[in-house]
Amino acid sequence: MAHEIHTDANDPSNVTNPEHAQHHIVTPLQYTYVFATLLLFTGITVGAAYVDLDWANPVIALGIACFKAVIVILFFMHAAYQSRLIKMTIGSGFFLFIVLITMTLTDYISRAWGMW
Amino acid sequence: MDSALATTDHADVHAEHDHVALPQHRHHFETEEQQREAGSFGMWLFLLTEIMFFGGLFFAYLLYRNWYYPAFAAASNQLSVPLGAFNTVVLISSGFCMAVGVWAAEMRRKSLLVLMLVLTTFFGLIFLGVKYDEYHEKYELHHIPGDSFNISMFTNPAGYGIKEEPLAPDMAQKTQIFFFLYFAMTGMHAVHMIIGIVLLFWLTWRAHRGDFSSGYVAPIENFGLYWHFVDIVWLFLFPLLYLINRHPLH
Amino acid sequence: MSAAIGNTIVSLPDQSTAQIPKRNYINNEHGLLSWLLTGDHKRIAILYLISITFFFFIGGAFAGLIRLELLTPQPDLVAADTYNKFFTMHGIIMVFLFLVPSVPATLGNFLIPIMLGAKDLAFPKINLLSWYLYLVGGGLTLGALVLGGVDTGWTFTTPLSTHYLNTHVITAATAIFIAGFSSIFTGLNFIVTIHRMRCPGMTWFRMPLFVWSHYAASLLMVLGTPVLAITLVLVALERLFGIGVFDPAKGGDPLLFQHLFWFYSHPAVYIMILPGMGVISEVISTFSRKRVFGYTAVAFSSVAIALFGFFVWEHHMFIMGVSNYSALVFSLLTMLVAVPSAIKIFNWAFTLQKGSITFETPMLYAFGFMGLFTIGGLTGVFLGSLGMDIHLTETYFIVAHFHFVMVGGMLMAFLAGVHFWWPKMTGRMYPESLSKLAAVTTFIGFNLTFLPQFILGYLGMPRRYHAYPPEFQVLNVLSTAGATVLGVGYMLPMLYLAWSLKYGAIAGNNPWQATGLEWQIQSPPLTENFIEIPIMDHEAYDYEWLENKTKNEVTTVG
Repeated sequence: MAHEIHTDANDPSNVTNPEHAQHHIVTPLQYTYVFATLLLFTGITVGAAYVDLDWANPVIALGIACFKAVIVILFFMHAAYQSRLIKMTIGSGFFLFIVLITMTLTDYISRAWGMW
Repeated sequence: MDSALATTDHADVHAEHDHVALPQHRHHFETEEQQREAGSFGMWLFLLTEIMFFGGLFFAYLLYRNWYYPAFAAASNQLSVPLGAFNTVVLISSGFCMAVGVWAAEMRRKSLLVLMLVLTTFFGLIFLGVKYDEYHEKYELHHIPGDSFNISMFTNPAGYGIKEEPLAPDMAQKTQIFFFLYFAMTGMHAVHMIIGIVLLFWLTWRAHRGDFSSGYVAPIENFGLYWHFVDIVWLFLFPLLYLINRHPLH
Repeated sequence: MSAAIGNTIVSLPDQSTAQIPKRNYINNEHGLLSWLLTGDHKRIAILYLISITFFFFIGGAFAGLIRLELLTPQPDLVAADTYNKFFTMHGIIMVFLFLVPSVPATLGNFLIPIMLGAKDLAFPKINLLSWYLYLVGGGLTLGALVLGGVDTGWTFTTPLSTHYLNTHVITAATAIFIAGFSSIFTGLNFIVTIHRMRCPGMTWFRMPLFVWSHYAASLLMVLGTPVLAITLVLVALERLFGIGVFDPAKGGDPLLFQHLFWFYSHPAVYIMILPGMGVISEVISTFSRKRVFGYTAVAFSSVAIALFGFFVWEHHMFIMGVSNYSALVFSLLTMLVAVPSAIKIFNWAFTLQKGSITFETPMLYAFGFMGLFTIGGLTGVFLGSLGMDIHLTETYFIVAHFHFVMVGGMLMAFLAGVHFWWPKMTGRMYPESLSKLAAVTTFIGFNLTFLPQFILGYLGMPRRYHAYPPEFQVLNVLSTAGATVLGVGYMLPMLYLAWSLKYGAIAGNNPWQATGLEWQIQSPPLTENFIEIPIMDHEAYDYEWLENKTKNEVTTVG
């Protein structure tokens, strides 16, 4: 925890501490790159669905979806330029979603194993 | 004595409020910076709850897809990939316009902001229109879960001119679960879109009035976060619902 | 009791000259509308306090009816399905409309901004919205009750709730859905406030433990509640359209409902108890004149409870056909949660060691909490172990267990907190000896009610039945008698606290000689809390700092 280092009283309302980030403005050009990437990967994901890759099909589909989601979060939603606090907030959301899935799956996967 | 005290108190309070420059600045924040960061942090926390809200549905999808894969594949193939892909592009465009809108607000360019908000709304409405068309088709085919659900298309695909392996009746019955999840997930997503569009009308009106042309961009920025989040949900829904198994016939 | 010895830290101003400050948040504005449209966190806290007390007594009335029916083995007071509606209403009201918002929405709302040195919560309007959502949720619950009730139990277990009942399940589910959003907004407000609104010098490790525990509980509210919301939406859809996601006949899995429901509802237990633990930390420290032993450990144990709380939910489902292997994992993880809870109890005990302990009412409630919560927690470990659980679950043992945690723990903490901060909220003291009587009555009544239920459960009396074999009657009569005493114990505070609003002694700024920022301002506080934003230059619970400050104040005046 790095919070306690910044204790000086001349920090009105905790604005210079690590929970704070400089305001950053993303330019339309960057948005255009992101937009183009998103369109490209939408095309790839549709294309990949028509090729039989066995188990790799859902993996690729989800991988591309995750990649698209990450660049939307990083650039459209400015998370790349936000404070560590915001990044951890986003991370904790996905972490808990993973907890929900994996811990519930421990039941569903091993239910058929029967008794000891 | 008491009244004198009260006056000084009042003067104190007043003096404290003097540094407030903008009308949108709320009295309990020390600085505008603090207010802005609190607002965006609050929005992110709200999106966190949205992740968990959709999370329950995504888990149900994962479970039943693994249990009833043939039914899910067959039912998924009855969705239209062109429409789904078109909607994906529409929604990405809407998100792009929203992002540029945030930039326009930062740059204090009022007419560009209004234009971008209108475009965002426009793409959002197109998305909902296409969605309505897709729902309507499912209604006509009796693919809406419930009493009127009809599995004949999956037990006897040849009768409908569909080149698919027929499913055994009990597995075909499970297509109902797919369609329920399809309607629940896209429906919940559409509800979020509708709420977003209502907010967009309000924001467009305020932007037109000039509220966001003097450096006050928090509402636009925070709404942008919401709108992009709704986009992200769709980025997952599209491959999960439309593209389960598009390559079965060799 | 010790007050007779005169051993007390209470220091009230001279009653002949003292008066309530002319300007404060209560008389700042007048009229009903100024309350209903307020953005002031203190006023919203009072609104919450009133509405929560209302629902508490409704829920309590149902508890009374349940105990009355169980006085005799025969089903003589009400029919079986009416009995089901009674315990369902008792559960829904107590869990969602009392326990979840109890400490956070009242004391937390009132105190967190003041403890952090802020003027208000980050989002005052959302705070007010949260209260209105609570009212809508409460109103719909009462609506479901008036329309004919709901008999699913507070857990809405499928397929019972979706296929076999013809009562107002959807109304009740909507009520909980809406009340859930009220709780999400409270949690969200707290998290943002704690991160963003701390006054200069208020670092994370200078915050009172009350704030830490609310932070942990808020995380649970924000992350857990939406899963409950979507689950209830699915139940409603299942009932309305028969969509089959929880219906085994159509290929759905009823256990999926349980997984999603308990994914929220187990952490919800910690939403209920964590804020209470925060109250106990403050009270124990103040009345033993010592910094809380192992401050950092107590602070982190709150966060650890919040984190571990998300990894244990399946222990509610051990007998319902989940996988043995998964149950083993969840059983082990359940044992882990006992560790941070024990850290808290041990640290409070060490805080008491060699402290100058006095026995004012809040402290009596806090002692009650420590004892009862320990019993409740330890029986939780019994239930978390796989073998014991098969014998004990769905019996009165489990009823006794969670009532020890919730009523013995949380309600004691709530009353401790209300008494402790009553002088700050109203500017007046409650009557000390009467309140001590109430605390002792509550403790006796509680044990008389719920200790017999442990034995009943161990002997095999199942929960949720309106009749039972005659050999259980003695213990049930004891329990019902205890419930009567408990009821008196809860009526007393309501009466004398209302009385004290007009006739209580003037409390002054700091009747307990406590160190928190909230005690350094006037009681009741100004609408803006602080005339100028304070600068935190000392640790939490620093009694030497307080002593120096008091000394200096005297010299300046002299």
